[in-house]
Amino acid sequence: MRVPPYIKYLGKRFIMIGITLIIAVYLTILIANMGGYVDEIIKSDLLFTISTAIRQNPAYKGLPEEQIQKLINATYYNELKRLGFDKPFIYRSFEYLRRALTLDLGRSLYITSNTGSRFVRTIILERLPVTVLLFTTTNVLLFFIGLFGGLYLSRKYGATIDKIAVSLAPLSSIPGWFYGVFLIIIFASYLHLLPYGGIVDAPPPEDPLSYALSVLKHMILPVTSWLIAYSAIGIYVRRTFFLMFSSEDYVEVAKAKGLPEKLIERRYILRPTLPPIITDFSLTLIASWMGAIVTETIFNWSGIGLLFYDAAMRFDAPVVIGLVVIYAYLLAITIIILDIIYVIVDPRIRLGAM
Amino acid sequence: MSVATRMKKTFKTLFFYKSALAGSMILLLIIGFAVYTVVTYPYDLAIKHWRAGEKIWLDNPRYALPEWITLFTGGNPPRTIILTTTAESRNVKKIIVPISENMSYVRIDMSFNYEYDDYPSEINIFFNASFKELNPRLDIIWIKPDGENITLKSKVLNREDRYYISADLETKNLLAKKVQEKFGLNETPYILPERYLFSPLDKSVLDPNAVNVLKGVYTLRITGYLYENASNVDVKLVVYGKVYGWAGTDNLRRPISIAIMWGTPIALSFGVIAAVTIGLIQMIIAAISAWYGGFIDDLIQRITDINLILPFFPILLMISIFYKFNIWVLLVIVIALSIFGTGVKNYRALFLQLRESPYVEAALSYGASNLRIIFRYLVPKILPLIIPSIVLSVADFVFLEAALAVLGLGDPAAPTWGKVINDALEDGALYKGLYYWVLEPAALLVLTAIAFSLIGFTLEKIFNPRLREM
Repeated sequence: MRVPPYIKYLGKRFIMIGITLIIAVYLTILIANMGGYVDEIIKSDLLFTISTAIRQNPAYKGLPEEQIQKLINATYYNELKRLGFDKPFIYRSFEYLRRALTLDLGRSLYITSNTGSRFVRTIILERLPVTVLLFTTTNVLLFFIGLFGGLYLSRKYGATIDKIAVSLAPLSSIPGWFYGVFLIIIFASYLHLLPYGGIVDAPPPEDPLSYALSVLKHMILPVTSWLIAYSAIGIYVRRTFFLMFSSEDYVEVAKAKGLPEKLIERRYILRPTLPPIITDFSLTLIASWMGAIVTETIFNWSGIGLLFYDAAMRFDAPVVIGLVVIYAYLLAITIIILDIIYVIVDPRIRLGAM
Repeated sequence: MSVATRMKKTFKTLFFYKSALAGSMILLLIIGFAVYTVVTYPYDLAIKHWRAGEKIWLDNPRYALPEWITLFTGGNPPRTIILTTTAESRNVKKIIVPISENMSYVRIDMSFNYEYDDYPSEINIFFNASFKELNPRLDIIWIKPDGENITLKSKVLNREDRYYISADLETKNLLAKKVQEKFGLNETPYILPERYLFSPLDKSVLDPNAVNVLKGVYTLRITGYLYENASNVDVKLVVYGKVYGWAGTDNLRRPISIAIMWGTPIALSFGVIAAVTIGLIQMIIAAISAWYGGFIDDLIQRITDINLILPFFPILLMISIFYKFNIWVLLVIVIALSIFGTGVKNYRALFLQLRESPYVEAALSYGASNLRIIFRYLVPKILPLIIPSIVLSVADFVFLEAALAVLGLGDPAAPTWGKVINDALEDGALYKGLYYWVLEPAALLVLTAIAFSLIGFTLEKIFNPRLREM
């Protein structure tokens, strides 16, 4: 039986992406543990805790020094064994890899969730909605602003509004968090209209409606800062993109045939530009999952970005690894889904031309 | 077309666009400022000044605004007045009169004319006494232009002593009591010492928002006794102002101008080195990948995939937390993490198209080597397409460094713009309304970013003819 070329193609892609994912996750494990150096920190920390606990325990006061030392060592080794630290790092790194890949994220070293849980999964799930609320909203908004703004301008090519929009593109060389600082100065510090940061008023309002309004109020500044930063470049890139596609020969032919503008736009311009637009959109969504570390810090928005920052600052390797692994997984899955979509959309791949 | 005429034409078109002209002007100014800094203010000295803490800046006001602020606010904000007995001055009179074999009487008068529209931010007196066993004893008296005369404190001096008038609780209570008695109040009012000492004694003293400065000649009189023959005392009075230099000072009394100045060459070199190195290396990797194909191509593409699946900024953040690099090692790390970036994929697509061109085939047929084809035939053709994105990415790297600094992870020693913003945010400058502290480095960051992006967008139009028509 002959295997259709697209199955071969997809199969090859799956394997490649799988290998890529494994190597990327393993690299993260190495970095997050500083190549085993974090172990040394944890071990010395543990030894210190155990020896102080035993030396300060009145029950062991009378024991000779030799005995106490023995006791400390025994407890220390037991504890090491319990934590799985009795084996060398390189061995454990593969154990970490196995657990990470099976999404068994384990327990954090220091960070706890608001409910007091040490499970990395609980910690991440608690922060995720907060980040999704802010950054997925913002990115979806930005995507549609870019899409429709670009489409509109490509129709108005050469008009004053087009020229203005193009000349605004350099605004986007400044990142969102930086506009955030300015917005805080103007609206929070100077005018006292909006909050400096945070997610909700303190204390949080009781009834759901005013709670939601309070959250919305806190979202205004971060969302606006990103809109200012990235709208102009989004519109510019899409406009150029549509202009390039609308100067293709087959569009000219369609115009010559006298097809209506709307039809040309939908069938001859939007259709072939769809795959790259879908790719862009899905990758932006995935990227928004990681939040934005600096923006979240500036606005004290305790989402995934701040969690990552805290975890990295406190050498909490399981949380760091958990976040990167989930991100890598989502990205890999998205790429695979995109590949499948391309097979459906693009006849060249289906027929094995690529 | 020769290279020279081609370059000439490029520059002509470049300046045809007004935005590129504006960008180049800003960039030239920034470069000029950077060169000026490097030439006139050695880095070692700047680092020494920046990291010295409060020690060497004790005569500077804290949180002082830049002097040009008067252009917007008008008025005559107080400047720092320093009087000392160790330097010759008409305004400082010091007499020591022996009154017995060992004992002598000392009197120091320090006068200054105060014509400013606001109160000083602080008043400190520093003493330097020399004696063997018996400490000198001094009275500190404040004499206002209207003749009011207050004994602030009697002090037994140590060898190196100081009297922080604004922060001294005893003095504060003493002055508050005086106001209470004068106006017959039931409660002791809250009065800042520098307010009392520089106001006419009327009801306005009680209003914490009123500014009613008594202008004229003030005198600080210090009288007392030295109990040893060889004993001596030197005094320095510092009346701190509210403006300082062209950039103001921070919470540690450091002039912010140090970091504003040295931030410029650091930001420029960081941004430009990162952008150019990454752009060129990505291009070369892409060229090799596209030209050789096969196993090499696969390998390079897989490395790029792995790199792309890792989130760049979080990984960079983690590495800088663990190893606390200085800024140049950080630069190397940024480059290392970026050389297998998206650029490799994009440029490879360009090279793949180019590989099939007839002139490359011609080169192959006369036996040109692989390296010759890559560096003499492929790269020069693609380079113009890549230059705009290199220029555009400079701003990204400048802000990357700033972002790390704002998170507190930059080079702790280097005086950079991002570090100033970080200091300001950590000190709550936005809550305290100390906007100048954030806005000065921010303005320079914005100018740098805008300059590079104005030039970059124009270059894009010039080098991509397809874009130019649009």
